[in-house]
Amino acid sequence: MAKLTFVGGIHPYDGKELSKDMPIMDILPKGELVYPLSQHIGAPAKAIVQKGDRVLAGQKIAESGAFVSAPVYASVSGVVKSIEPRRVVTGDMVMSIVVENDGLYEDVGFFPAAPLDKLSREEIIEIIREAGIVGMGGAGFPTHVKLSPKEPEEIDYVIANCAECEPYLTSDYRRMLEEPEKLIGGLKILLSLFENAQGILAVEDNKPDCIALLRKLTKDETNISVKALKTKYPQGGERHLIYATTGRKINSTMLPADVGCIVNNVDTIVAVYRALTEGRPLMERIVTVTGDAIENPRNFRVKIGMSYQEILEEAGGFRTKPEKIICGGPMMGFAMFDLNVPTTKTSTALLAFTKDEVSALEPGPCINCGRCVEVCPGRVIPSRLADYAERFDEDPFLANHGMECCECGCCSYVCPARRHLTQEIKSMRKMQLAKRKK
Amino acid sequence: MNEQYKVSSNPHIRSRVTTNGIMLAVIIALMPATGFGIYNFGPRVISVLLVTIASTVLTEYLYGLYRKKTTVTDLSAVVTGLLLALNLPVTIPLWMAALGGVFAILVVKMLFGGLGQNFMNPALAARCFLLISFPKAMSGFECDAYTGATPLTALKEGGTVNVMDMVIGRTAGTIGETSVIALVIGACLLILFGVIDLRIPGSYIVTFILFVGIFGKRGFDPAYLSAQLAGGGLMLGAFFMATDYVTRPITVKGQYIYGIFLGLMTGIFRMYGPGAEGVSYAIILGNLLVPLIEKVTKPTAFGYERGGKHHEK
Repeated sequence: MAKLTFVGGIHPYDGKELSKDMPIMDILPKGELVYPLSQHIGAPAKAIVQKGDRVLAGQKIAESGAFVSAPVYASVSGVVKSIEPRRVVTGDMVMSIVVENDGLYEDVGFFPAAPLDKLSREEIIEIIREAGIVGMGGAGFPTHVKLSPKEPEEIDYVIANCAECEPYLTSDYRRMLEEPEKLIGGLKILLSLFENAQGILAVEDNKPDCIALLRKLTKDETNISVKALKTKYPQGGERHLIYATTGRKINSTMLPADVGCIVNNVDTIVAVYRALTEGRPLMERIVTVTGDAIENPRNFRVKIGMSYQEILEEAGGFRTKPEKIICGGPMMGFAMFDLNVPTTKTSTALLAFTKDEVSALEPGPCINCGRCVEVCPGRVIPSRLADYAERFDEDPFLANHGMECCECGCCSYVCPARRHLTQEIKSMRKMQLAKRKK
Repeated sequence: MNEQYKVSSNPHIRSRVTTNGIMLAVIIALMPATGFGIYNFGPRVISVLLVTIASTVLTEYLYGLYRKKTTVTDLSAVVTGLLLALNLPVTIPLWMAALGGVFAILVVKMLFGGLGQNFMNPALAARCFLLISFPKAMSGFECDAYTGATPLTALKEGGTVNVMDMVIGRTAGTIGETSVIALVIGACLLILFGVIDLRIPGSYIVTFILFVGIFGKRGFDPAYLSAQLAGGGLMLGAFFMATDYVTRPITVKGQYIYGIFLGLMTGIFRMYGPGAEGVSYAIILGNLLVPLIEKVTKPTAFGYERGGKHHEK
């Protein structure tokens, strides 16, 4: 059988051996915790505490601002120090609630709302919304919105995105090995929302241990299958994952639900499981700390809001002086200029590299080699789109499907002329998206 | 604020393939043919090589000084010089070879914007320029080693040829075109290095065989077909010049169409043209059609295919 995959993509050095055998370690924050009110796609949350209030772990401190939005919870007990703009990983200043940790870790007490079989579809979605769950793979799209398609009976597949195709990241891998029952339990909850749906656990075949374990645990489940995907970046990109597992295709103007699919990442599904079976809102996540400049690469369970600086110290600090620090994976993550920023619901990893491969590169002229065309999973011509973007030539950019770029970075990765193709296309897309909003 | 780190847009890692690396791979892949050329035609080949490479590199260097932009280090001028030499007869007067190098770099490449902007393959354009300007010097293949005509000319005039000699390369012709074995070794290297694939050479050669088989008046006679394939610049052209990144279509479908077009044109030139050769003009003509081919083979973005497996509602 041909391997499940898509056309295009790349095979970069995956660096996963640095941290893949490190079990998930719980770590506790020491100093202040910062909760940006906008950690998700959609309207920012609204603060419902004031300076000086004492809050407990698991207490809601900001209320969802709209349908496409998500509440925010305190992850420690302490006193609200201030509500002020703070810098986040992207470099922007975002209004945030700052809590001084009192080190007591008192929580509000967590109780499941009701046994699962007593809950209606609407009630389950409401619990997920109330728990502040968003897509934790990086995009941060509120999960309850994803779970509310117009025609739930038209959903054929609920896909658990266990690909973890970004190099260096191992948090989903550890989660699958250590808490597979939570992942499968979460998937079952999601399946209960869609009467006609089959569950798919989609795992890249560089994780044979996860595939074997998940297959063993789901062998009696008639509506859940484990699918091994060819290891290739960006196999975990939503559109390409749907295509690889179901053969269905969506473009940038469509939602997965348009072809009967719902896709959620491992950590998100586990968060759903915990919200429903334990009554715990989203206040923790797994973060991989790795890279050749890190003393002890690790996978940590962190309290959301903890600063990257503290997480780094838990990993033994730097082995060598890093040139570049990245939040997220090396293909799609953000380069950070400062470590004193908080982790959020979408923080997958902290990478530190001794050498920055990129800033020293001098882009040369395009030699039309076509490598970007070969690897582009969006099947467009990145080199030409970047030309249009460089000279702000909107019409040909749009006519040549510039908006179909998923910003995966494959084109820049392979470009022998070292052009910043992804960057050019990305900026143009941002301008066009901003224009549409007007 | 604490210490600051370097920032840039994603992705933060890059592959090891560079423009220089690709140029170097092409130079290495041309070495078997170059070496055989020296062996076959004698030491004068070395002077021709040195003159063309010196003239292409020097032209690019001087142009760079004039435009205050160093581009000569990308090795592309060396590739052009080398390819040009392989496309010249060993007897070419050295000043003509130098003129070809200057024409290739200055007129065909730099005046159109330098690397990546030229719409014709510089080495081939220079060869055609020399062919038109100095037809006699360019098609005089009489040298110390060979006194007869090239195998293709002999074939065209109804003579017979030794196919084995043609495959090994012990025939008259331009410096680098005679040895099929040396060229195929080089082509394998290029494929191994990941520089080229078989789309263009494959569709080019298959189309050419079909055309010659059908319109060649000799049917699918294996000896005749092998001689046509091994003769002239077909192998050199198909693997090293039709695959030139800058002057071939970037779309996958377009590359097949381009290859088929080259096969047809080479066949037409060889069967119906006045000369025995046709590869250079076929490729140059193909180069001119590239924008058109790219326009009609614009790829369909992911998720926009017609008749794809969409969800049926």
